[in-house]
Amino acid sequence: MGDAVCVSTETLPGLVTGTAELRRFLHGLPGVDQVGAEERAARLATRSIKKSAKAEAIDLAISMVDLTTLEGADTPGKVRALCAKGMHPDPSDASVPRVAAICVYSDLVAEAVRALAGSGIGVASVATAFPSGRAPLDAKLADTRRAVEDGASEIDMVIDRGAFLAGDYAKVHDEIVAIKAECGEAHLKVILETGELVTYDNVRRASWLAMMAGADFIKTSTGKVSPAATLPVTLVMLEAVRDYRARTGRQVGVKPAGGIRTTKDAIKHLVLVNETAGPDWLTPEWFRIGASSLLNDLLMQRRKLTTGVYAGPDYFTLD
Amino acid sequence: MTDRLSVRKTYKLYVGGAFPRSESGRSYAVNDAKGNFLANASRASRKDVRDAVVAARKAQAGWAARTAYNRGQILYRVAEMLEGRRDQFTEELRATGLAKNAARAEVDAAVDRWVWYAGWADKIAQVTGAANPVSGPFFNFSTPEPTGVVGIVAPDGPLLGLVSVLAPVVVAGNTAVVVAAEPAPLPAVTLGEVLATSDVPGGVINILTGHRAELAPWLASHMDVNGLDLTGAGEELAAECEKAAAENLKRVLRPAGNDWTADPGTVRMTTFLETKTVWHPVGV
Repeated sequence: MGDAVCVSTETLPGLVTGTAELRRFLHGLPGVDQVGAEERAARLATRSIKKSAKAEAIDLAISMVDLTTLEGADTPGKVRALCAKGMHPDPSDASVPRVAAICVYSDLVAEAVRALAGSGIGVASVATAFPSGRAPLDAKLADTRRAVEDGASEIDMVIDRGAFLAGDYAKVHDEIVAIKAECGEAHLKVILETGELVTYDNVRRASWLAMMAGADFIKTSTGKVSPAATLPVTLVMLEAVRDYRARTGRQVGVKPAGGIRTTKDAIKHLVLVNETAGPDWLTPEWFRIGASSLLNDLLMQRRKLTTGVYAGPDYFTLD
Repeated sequence: MTDRLSVRKTYKLYVGGAFPRSESGRSYAVNDAKGNFLANASRASRKDVRDAVVAARKAQAGWAARTAYNRGQILYRVAEMLEGRRDQFTEELRATGLAKNAARAEVDAAVDRWVWYAGWADKIAQVTGAANPVSGPFFNFSTPEPTGVVGIVAPDGPLLGLVSVLAPVVVAGNTAVVVAAEPAPLPAVTLGEVLATSDVPGGVINILTGHRAELAPWLASHMDVNGLDLTGAGEELAAECEKAAAENLKRVLRPAGNDWTADPGTVRMTTFLETKTVWHPVGV
């Protein structure tokens, strides 16, 4: 593994535009060794993290969580409850760190911003006709603009998978650029929806495409499609951000989302980050975990470490 | 003709409807009554306890939501499967030191005990529930509900003892994590195979083999376990477990003396039942 990108194009990725050039560049990326990637991810997943290292990993993971609710049934009350949980994940233990951000639909951003005022927790809003991304560009731009106006500090956009799979890379690229322009100060996370991209080669291409178009973060999935965040997919994306920084000097974050439900899963991802992209990414600024039920499992494991007895879900808030 | 090599069984745990080895990879030697080696049994660790409790919790709501009639049918099905394996159980009990006739009698008693408890599934509510006269215009009903996940430290009686502590816990809708008899765990593993083939949903009954003193305290202190049956725990271990169980107010059963041949009564069932009382206005 660790196949550093050695494409013989003199063009800097930031300057590649136009369908033909994009295609030449993206298809010039080295292919992903599928068996190798899966084997590497599986091997790293066997690392044993215990005791004080585990305690540290749990706290780091909690501080990286983008606590998420993306349901049609979301109410302002539910968003406020989630915000309260994000600020004090375990009300009985003040030493638990707060989460990185609260992730909601764009129409609930204002509610979340109000509830989180002064806490330092970001509000991430999904936008651009999440989760399918099937809407006219005007609507996607308006969606984004409104979320930013309401105070979202992070925008999670979805790429147009239809255009990507049809080979219309310029359309995907230009859309990301346009959304990025609407974001202003807000960070842009680009959701690749890897479950619909089929191959690891496509994941690598989509990662580069998103980064070249200006993404601050690349995110695996919406959480609405299965498979969502798998270890090999995150591995491929972490390699992409590592290689991209080596090429351009710009660092891009990674956010796996969907399907990460247990502390074990979360720690596996942290190992993967450390071993693939490196410790530079091991902060909430550069690595996030999109999740909802994960937080309770992290809290239960944390309490097991502090009290010495196994905790039960009855003693934590529902969400 | 060459002598055939016998195919020997690997005795594993029964957790969540599957037969995993212990997470720890450990095992311990099980000997027969004469001290001859019988088999290696898995020696479960605290993490196997944790996994078993997770499986039991996951299965509990579904098991309790079945109709009492259906639970009774499933438990009766277990008795049918037990009956079909009488010879196997008899052999396993003989290895623990029972004579052939005594072993056979114990297997029969165990099957009969299971049938007896299966019959209670749709009757326990009638015996322990009540329509209460109250001084107001209300119907007032008390109905039994299962306590939840119950940890069981099984007694040394490898089959009749096990059946006598396990069946009353699950019949009312609880799910169970059983620490099998430490010196003779093999019939418990075989019972797991019976359960796996008799429509009992995975996770309703989980069977661990290993050292009681190592496993029972983890069950007793686990915050997601609601009840604890200490029948098979010695004096010292039971005291330690009772103390740990107080942390989340588990229901604890610690009976004095056990005669498995006597009429079992209903106390083992009622210990792990909660009573729900509802008030319903009359004439509305």
